[in-house]
Amino acid sequence: MRTQQSALRSKDLLGIEPLTPEEIALILDTAEGFKEVSERPVKKVPALRGQLVINLFMEPSTRTRVSFEIAEKRLSADTLNFSASGSAVEKGETLIDTAENLMAMHPDMIVIRHKHPGAPKMLAERLPASVINAGDGAHEHPTQALLDAFTIRERLGRLEGLNVSIVGDIAHSRVVRSNIHLLTKMKANVTVAGPPTLIPAGIEGMGVRVVHSLDEAVEGADVVMMLRIQLERQGKLSFPSLREYYNTFGLTPERLRRAKEGVIVMHPGPMNRGVEIASDVADGPWSVILDQVTNGVAVRMAVLYLLGGAHMAEA
Amino acid sequence: MNVKKRLMDGARMSRAMRRMAIEIVEKNRGLDDLMIVGIRSRGVPIGERLAKEIEKIEGRPVPFGVLDITLYRDDLTTIAPQPVVKPTKLPEPIDDKVVVLVDDVLYTGRTVRAALDALIDFGRPRRVMLAVLIDRGHRELPIHADVIGKTVPTDADEVIKVKLEETDGEDEVLIMEK
Repeated sequence: MRTQQSALRSKDLLGIEPLTPEEIALILDTAEGFKEVSERPVKKVPALRGQLVINLFMEPSTRTRVSFEIAEKRLSADTLNFSASGSAVEKGETLIDTAENLMAMHPDMIVIRHKHPGAPKMLAERLPASVINAGDGAHEHPTQALLDAFTIRERLGRLEGLNVSIVGDIAHSRVVRSNIHLLTKMKANVTVAGPPTLIPAGIEGMGVRVVHSLDEAVEGADVVMMLRIQLERQGKLSFPSLREYYNTFGLTPERLRRAKEGVIVMHPGPMNRGVEIASDVADGPWSVILDQVTNGVAVRMAVLYLLGGAHMAEA
Repeated sequence: MNVKKRLMDGARMSRAMRRMAIEIVEKNRGLDDLMIVGIRSRGVPIGERLAKEIEKIEGRPVPFGVLDITLYRDDLTTIAPQPVVKPTKLPEPIDDKVVVLVDDVLYTGRTVRAALDALIDFGRPRRVMLAVLIDRGHRELPIHADVIGKTVPTDADEVIKVKLEETDGEDEVLIMEK
């Protein structure tokens, strides 16, 4: 049996920023092999048999947690779900103590979602298990960016040279940060757009173009990625009203005409129909939103698989 | 690694494959329900060639599929880096089919064990046969081949290198010394 000399350098996936373009390509290529597993009559392979994966979700999440859980089960790993509510965390236990207690159960991997940026890194440095960041504050959400890239590659055949526009709340989004890191590493042209109050100062330093109108963002785009407006932050909205937001930044079929022929529309979910995206777009031929969900499982399987084997000696 | 001996050149390989194709058709008494499935990576081009030979003999095509066994390996948690995973592609359901698994070299039998597990997850074939270009002995599991290109007694410290036009630019089988 042959092995190929390609692997991730780290035992953890903490973000896209530390990855090389080769590592990103390896994850995306591996995910292609895993996509087919979900289409089999028996949707399960024994790759991670006997390994324990703990899903540590300290912030509410449904789709990411479910997607990870399906990925883990399809790889035959044993899974244990742990959430903040109803746990010792509510009784005042610190994250480190929680993690050390979990570690005493000998998990092989820990998938963590946390409201504080850097929480996954802190665990990764202290624990021998592989740590996968499933979203930490406004920092990174690497598997979301990877599944977005996988979906773009699947539909348009490549990433390099594509015009990708990301529209919405750029300031508070970990999805955007991970996506910008990934897309610029893979040589796509990234444009971000949104109300000035939701564009962080100095974001141009990440290698992106900033525009303040939806039309400018959509013009010539191969990919339009719409972000969720966080309705739960209603009281302190950074724009006058949801209706005004829809009129200014809501993606409609008419506005999409400025984009390139064959443009695809993405959304990390959950969508607010009639706020950032019109139903006609979300359900239209441009939409790859449900492909993103399907591909999320394949990409997460690839990450779990690549981190789940014997670890390379630190080079 | 030094080349110790050239076991096959292109012409001998073609002749061996032609005979293997005939044996497969003979053992199955025709093409009914037959499916050729190549094990990645070198079982794929060999399987493709066998399928072509069979088509030449019988005058109609035989379904051909590709099996990736990476996720079924018994050494996944002990080797690093993780081997590359590629898709499995089977042309049709394998239920009640006669599946001929194809690989380049039969050695410990562990690849075939993994291939059987992978295959069974796709359905219940009526029969599974194994065709290999080279059988070099040293089995670690109770597995045997039904159709063999050439049986070669080897020492454990020798390596059999199968080169194919499709993957290596030329057809030959070498026996190498570590």
